Amino acid sequence: MQIPHEVTARPDTGLYNAKLGIWLFLASEVMLFGGLFSGYIFLRMGAEEGYWPHGLLNVPVGAMNTAILILSSVTVVLAWASLKMRKFAAYKLWMGISILCGAIFLIVKLAYEWPQKFEHFGAFIKQDALAKYEPMLGNRHVEEENKKPGHTKIDPRVEISGHLHEVEITADPAEKEKLEAFLHRHELEAKAEEHDAKLQVIEGKHLTPGVAEDLSKLPGVRLVAFQLALDPVNAAPDDAESDKPHFWYKGATEKIGKIEAEDVESWSAFVPKHSPYFAVYFTITGLHGLHVLAGVLIMLYFWLPIEGGANMFKRNPEHLANRVEVVGLFWHFVDLVWIFVFPIFYLL
Amino acid sequence: MSTAATTHAPDDHAHAHDDHHYDPGFWRKWVFSTDHKMIGIQYGTTGLAFLFAGFCLMMIMRWQLAHPGDAVPVIGGLLQAIFGSAAFQTDAHGHAGMLTADGYNAFGAMHGTIMVFFGIVPVAFAAFGNFVVPLQIGAIDMTFPKINMASFWCFFISCIFMVVSFFVPGGAMKSGWTAYPPLSIMADAGPLNHFIMNGQTLWGLGMVFNITASLLGSVNFIATIIQLRAPGMTWMRLPFFVWAQFVTAFLLLLAFPPLESAAVMQIMDRAFGSSFFMPTGLVVGGHPAHWSGGGSPILWQHLFWFLAHPEVYVLILPGIGMVAEVIANNTRKPLYGYKAMVGAILVLGFLSFIVWAHHMYMTGMGAKVAGFFQVTTIMISVPSVILVTALMLSLWGGSIRFTVPMLFATAFLPMFGIGGLTGIPLAFNAVDLYLHDTYYIIGHFHYVVAPGTIFAIFAGVYHWYPKATGRMLNEFLGKMHFWLSLIFINGVFFPMFLQGMAGVHRRWYDGGATYEQLITPVIHWNNFMSVSAFLLGAAQLPFIVNFFWSLVAGRKASDNPWDATTVEWDTPTPPPHGNFIKDISVHRGPYEYSVPGADKDFTPQTEAPKSDRPPGVGVAGPIATHPH
Repeated sequence: MQIPHEVTARPDTGLYNAKLGIWLFLASEVMLFGGLFSGYIFLRMGAEEGYWPHGLLNVPVGAMNTAILILSSVTVVLAWASLKMRKFAAYKLWMGISILCGAIFLIVKLAYEWPQKFEHFGAFIKQDALAKYEPMLGNRHVEEENKKPGHTKIDPRVEISGHLHEVEITADPAEKEKLEAFLHRHELEAKAEEHDAKLQVIEGKHLTPGVAEDLSKLPGVRLVAFQLALDPVNAAPDDAESDKPHFWYKGATEKIGKIEAEDVESWSAFVPKHSPYFAVYFTITGLHGLHVLAGVLIMLYFWLPIEGGANMFKRNPEHLANRVEVVGLFWHFVDLVWIFVFPIFYLL
Repeated sequence: MSTAATTHAPDDHAHAHDDHHYDPGFWRKWVFSTDHKMIGIQYGTTGLAFLFAGFCLMMIMRWQLAHPGDAVPVIGGLLQAIFGSAAFQTDAHGHAGMLTADGYNAFGAMHGTIMVFFGIVPVAFAAFGNFVVPLQIGAIDMTFPKINMASFWCFFISCIFMVVSFFVPGGAMKSGWTAYPPLSIMADAGPLNHFIMNGQTLWGLGMVFNITASLLGSVNFIATIIQLRAPGMTWMRLPFFVWAQFVTAFLLLLAFPPLESAAVMQIMDRAFGSSFFMPTGLVVGGHPAHWSGGGSPILWQHLFWFLAHPEVYVLILPGIGMVAEVIANNTRKPLYGYKAMVGAILVLGFLSFIVWAHHMYMTGMGAKVAGFFQVTTIMISVPSVILVTALMLSLWGGSIRFTVPMLFATAFLPMFGIGGLTGIPLAFNAVDLYLHDTYYIIGHFHYVVAPGTIFAIFAGVYHWYPKATGRMLNEFLGKMHFWLSLIFINGVFFPMFLQGMAGVHRRWYDGGATYEQLITPVIHWNNFMSVSAFLLGAAQLPFIVNFFWSLVAGRKASDNPWDATTVEWDTPTPPPHGNFIKDISVHRGPYEYSVPGADKDFTPQTEAPKSDRPPGVGVAGPIATHPH
């Protein structure tokens, strides 16, 4: 049994089935991402002043990924055009480049951009403790700047961020064994604080915010303070350089800051629970990443010399061209989503 | 549009009828089938089973409402053994099986979810759409048979999630079928609960799969209707049921994805501690909640209702389509105002996307926004009234055959009318503020969906059962099923209006016993409604018996037992793989009944015009003048 119009277009609609199908699918995808983007707008408009971060992402890396995706959009069209002209070698080349571009995009995202955030520490300071951390926040400087006429408004600063260096804890001696096992497992060291015998300082190169969180959940353990290598904005809050986001991403400085746990509203790595910003960032880029992965896998399927893939060229080249056209439409949509994702997270 | 008669390309056509020896084997035929009829039957049986399960949940809740604090009689111990101590406890008399408050909330939430997403939509849209639409347009299958199979199995996975969620620690989700945060984020969350295996998270995952299934289905439906119409099947020759499914598929395609994104956000909030829907400064039980805050509970409501309002039309439009088919067939005359009905259903589909916030008047949205949604809500009643009025007028002057499907279809009209008309006051902000979350709302939408859509589904089952199985359903049992259902379903739902206007709240799990002084004049209805519900359950027994007994012992059905005109009756009964044993071409509109001068009172769409007169000339009736 052969379904009609699988390869040839139906005369009155001018479409073969899959082409109509993919456009319908993309219409629903627009609504899916539309739901997430409207979530972004809703959360951003509802965010209190200072609670929507700017300039946390690496713009050059994001721009490079954007360029890679746009390039792959061009090559996937060339792959389709090659098939239409029945040039098999050119098809393999262009499709191969498209697959490679998609893979590079994913690798950059998963091996570089995301892991960096999992290890970055941020702590929102309670409103009544903001004054205490003025040297790291510089809110007086912000106020003065905002009084200047014609000046772009700077949001008040409520968060201190950087690389977690060490944490101070108090521990119940009765639960000492569990703590030691934990420290051993994570290759951390504990030493007694000089001024206060009850305090222990935990440090080690594997002390990520996630490990600190697990540590704080151990029985009898209470977090007292964090020490971190400050991000530039907290290291030099009064510097005019800190007033606006930068094109070139700057990592944490050498300068160390200390935050008392009791002054902290909430703290975590730059993960979804950190703030609605990172929640929507990870959800949208994650869902987009899944789409990129799906696109790469499907293109790979059409590229490999298998039944239903590149081997179809000998039997029914027009059918293969149609398949590539359909995955190309999907791929363009995935690019288009990224064209929206890049400015709203990296630039705005 | 009228030039849509197609010429198949030669390479497509040659293969159309070459599988007389089609034998896919047991698994590919009955389980992993790509045949649209089998997928329709799979969707139908699964959906009917869920409808029954959802009904049983409701009966247990109705026992609790009428006899708060008493254990469920007879099966109470069994229920407690199955659902565990979160949902059932031992009552004051020492009998096991008293529904707890948590259990009541879980059953209520799951009743709504199951009835809407796992009962009505799979049966009315997926089952009937899959089985009937390709047959009615003269197609050999859906455009994408494998995707069709994937749709059903995706749906099946979502069913597993929902069923399993009853049996995880804490029980099924408890935050209402609308899953409003912050309750839906906090319930069964936290260190004592597994981050996936809890009722609410499983609900979210189940919805993601359910929505994916409906996406795959709706792409298939639209593509099939556009691409696979038989030669001569122009747009204005489509049976009205196909139009209804076409619009419904667009609603599912475009309205469901925002809920999918919302479900993903909810899972993120629950499993990864994000704050999409959790506001700043939330205090729970005297302690600050451990979410970072900054989110918005209203965001969920917008995303949810952006789906869930079009969803109402997803529930009702296939029903209206089925009723239209049954009415045209049994009045033996064309539908009144076919063109107006098509126009109305398209307008209705569009408007359904811009009325959603009338579910959210209580959020304090401000007069201007409320004003907009009041106006659109009133506007949408116009096409709805056109549809129902056209169906009523179709009865006028017909020589009606009161077959069992026709009884259900006729009863649908006033029942849906009650549901629709009681909705008009709710469109107004001021009235809604009073009636919001009362039993008036419950009565209103249940009249639309229960004696509305479910009656339409029954009409469809009795109408198309012979085509699917080759045997007729028993007429006497069918009539018994109809009359008892009609009486008792009104007994269940009509008193809800009285209770609701007196202020009875939909979430009181003791039936209002705590607030008895406030609702004294109406609280006695609880007992009446519950008894009606149990009798309604008993009234389904003739149907269940009929359904299975007729499979083996029903009267053998001919290919066209109802003397119908539409193309699905032009197949062998039951239709083989590939559906048609001859080439199908369509020559006339869908409802050429009682055409003056014709030799019988129905003229099938596939019947070629007599050679002595050109097509479309000398044939009376409003449809015969198409296409133009």
